[in-house]
Amino acid sequence: MNSDEPALQVRGLTKRFDRLAVDALDLTIRTGEFYALLGPNGAGKTTTLRMVAGLLRPDAGSVSVLGIDALRDPVAAKQITAWVSDEPMIYDKLSPLEYLEFVAGLWGIEPSVSEPSARDLLASLGLESHLHERCEGFSKGMRQKVALAGALVHNPRLIILDEPLTGLDAVSARHVKGLLGERVQAGCTVIMTTHILEVAERMAGRIGVIASGRLIAEGTLAELRQQNGRNDTSLEDMFIALVDTEAAAA
Amino acid sequence: MTTTTLTWFARHEIRLAWREWLAMMTAGRRGRTRAAIIGLIALAAFLHLPAYAVIGRFADLQAPLDKPSLIVITATIFLAWALMLSQAIESVTRVFYARADLDLIMSSPVALANVFSVRIAAIALSVTAMALLLSTPFVDVLVIGGGVRWFAAYGVVIAIGLSAAAVAITVTIMLFRSIGPSRTRLAAQILAAIIGAGFVIALQIAAILSYGTLSRFAVLTSDAAAAFAPDTDSIVWWPARAVLGDGEALLLLLAGGLVLLGVVMAVFSARFADTAVSVSANAAPAHQGSRPKAFRAGSRQQALRRKEFVLLRRDPWLMSQSLMQLLYLVPPALMLWRSFADSSAAIVLITPVIVMAAGQLAGGLAWLTISGEDAADLVATAPLPSSRVIRAKIEVVLIAIGVLFAPLVIALMLASPLQAAVTAAGVIIAAASATAIQLWFRVQARRSQFRRRQTSSRLATFAEAFSSIGWAATAALALAIPFAALISGLLTAAIVAATWKISPRRE
Repeated sequence: MNSDEPALQVRGLTKRFDRLAVDALDLTIRTGEFYALLGPNGAGKTTTLRMVAGLLRPDAGSVSVLGIDALRDPVAAKQITAWVSDEPMIYDKLSPLEYLEFVAGLWGIEPSVSEPSARDLLASLGLESHLHERCEGFSKGMRQKVALAGALVHNPRLIILDEPLTGLDAVSARHVKGLLGERVQAGCTVIMTTHILEVAERMAGRIGVIASGRLIAEGTLAELRQQNGRNDTSLEDMFIALVDTEAAAA
Repeated sequence: MTTTTLTWFARHEIRLAWREWLAMMTAGRRGRTRAAIIGLIALAAFLHLPAYAVIGRFADLQAPLDKPSLIVITATIFLAWALMLSQAIESVTRVFYARADLDLIMSSPVALANVFSVRIAAIALSVTAMALLLSTPFVDVLVIGGGVRWFAAYGVVIAIGLSAAAVAITVTIMLFRSIGPSRTRLAAQILAAIIGAGFVIALQIAAILSYGTLSRFAVLTSDAAAAFAPDTDSIVWWPARAVLGDGEALLLLLAGGLVLLGVVMAVFSARFADTAVSVSANAAPAHQGSRPKAFRAGSRQQALRRKEFVLLRRDPWLMSQSLMQLLYLVPPALMLWRSFADSSAAIVLITPVIVMAAGQLAGGLAWLTISGEDAADLVATAPLPSSRVIRAKIEVVLIAIGVLFAPLVIALMLASPLQAAVTAAGVIIAAASATAIQLWFRVQARRSQFRRRQTSSRLATFAEAFSSIGWAATAALALAIPFAALISGLLTAAIVAATWKISPRRE
């Protein structure tokens, strides 16, 4: 693994269900970057990320995670990747700590490393008083935090999050954003889809806008403004203008 | 609330019940309605054959009956009532816990007591309709063989359906009041399962203890039962007399069923609303784990196996649903125990029962571990090949089967080493076949969908059942007619091979 390698390099990624969901997508995300992937409903964001995470097999194209060909060697790519979906999938009958123990076991992390890390993560997400409580009575926000802690407990180098802030209250959302910010500071790469444009605006180093399975705009906020020719406009206005233009063209 | 609104709500309830039933029949896939209806008609037609075999000889029965006949008919009606009660408890629990419309209904400007009266009536109607459907082949056989007087049996089915629904609602609400909403769901579901099987098993146990046989009729037709039973003009025999066409008894039964349901509706409709509110207010209780343990080291497969065992152990409802099949092992186990004192040849009967139970249990456990993965994305994104994930899950099934059935095989070894060896081989092959079928037809599902696992693939369900029956028959024949066992074994292996051949392609 070369440190100069992009964290994620996607080339010609294509997936078709009933219709074309992802259309020969090219995407490069640098190591240590916080990247927000935006797009309207059904644009292909989740499909793209599921292919990157190894949950869906693409019809065509390549996926490289820190120099590892994820389609040829998925196990190696998964070892350094974490995936969190918008619908937290955890086990009702396990406690948060037991869930993290299981995740650490699956990733082959030594208990001497994973246990303190799990406790720290759960505490930093405000779950310290629920460590030994079974998840069955948790709210969606609490479940989402447990799922996020599970994704981080094996210390991934690429974190893929699909709408991670859905269902979180303001305090929890701040906890999560803080945690992700710390990971990026530590050299981790985060790629996240969100419909909360303010989050993308504040947190992301670069933003990609996807529509009809294709990347229609990409860059920092300033670059996007420049591309759009409107320096004082908000991300929301730019996003709507881009998506409308794409829809009109289609 | 006007009568029009109530009628509209009743229509809504019936439509929901119909769609739930249809979804169960069609595995929730659109475009299968016609196929499901044709399949159902074909099944109903086919069921006339076993119905004829079971009760064809009773078509000529005429009143007045002797006590043993009255006992057999009454026990059969009681069994049907117990099964309806079981189904009704399930329906009531589903209405409380699974319907997503309680918030909508309770926030609407309608009198809740009236709405829930309609809902109670709808439960009674759906339970009775299902019972009528299932009883049709049996009543048809009796009508064809014994005349139109047997049509009265439909009236008895309606009467016991109404009373079963009334008792189910009473039991569930009482449970609610006494043990609270969180425990009621589990208790009611276990109760429903036990009621269904309990009566048959209790009769078998009585037959073994008294007569050394698995036949329930031995108890029902015995002199002891006749001596214990009330006189032939007792109220206890009204259902039996009604089935035989006694109009007076039938009218009284129907009136009794309607009155019972009416009383339940009047008493519990208002409480139904309170109960529903309690359910929505008490999601799941905060369940504190036992003493905190340190993270354990081990391989990735060990982590998977440990997780599966913990989840199985901690879900009493799922465990009860799986282990309920083991209830049927109680009578043969009892017979085994008795055989140490009395070397009866009937002990051979134990082998197919054990093999069949192992196959069925393995199928259920395999579905839970392989298909019922609540964190499918997590496991799929874990850095280990899917083949190793599957292997770890299969190991869990086989270990569980081994732990549960080894004591029976060891006990059998003390009575007959050859039979123990045949039984052990049968258990292993039946469990492996059922697990393999679940593996070939695996789908991604939540564990809470366990009850509906049969609807996801009818083919897998039938294949699993035929495989378990086939291996059970093969094991029994291996002890009695070894050459026939060879043929039976080859046929069963062919069924399993054909199932593999037509199973969905896997990556």
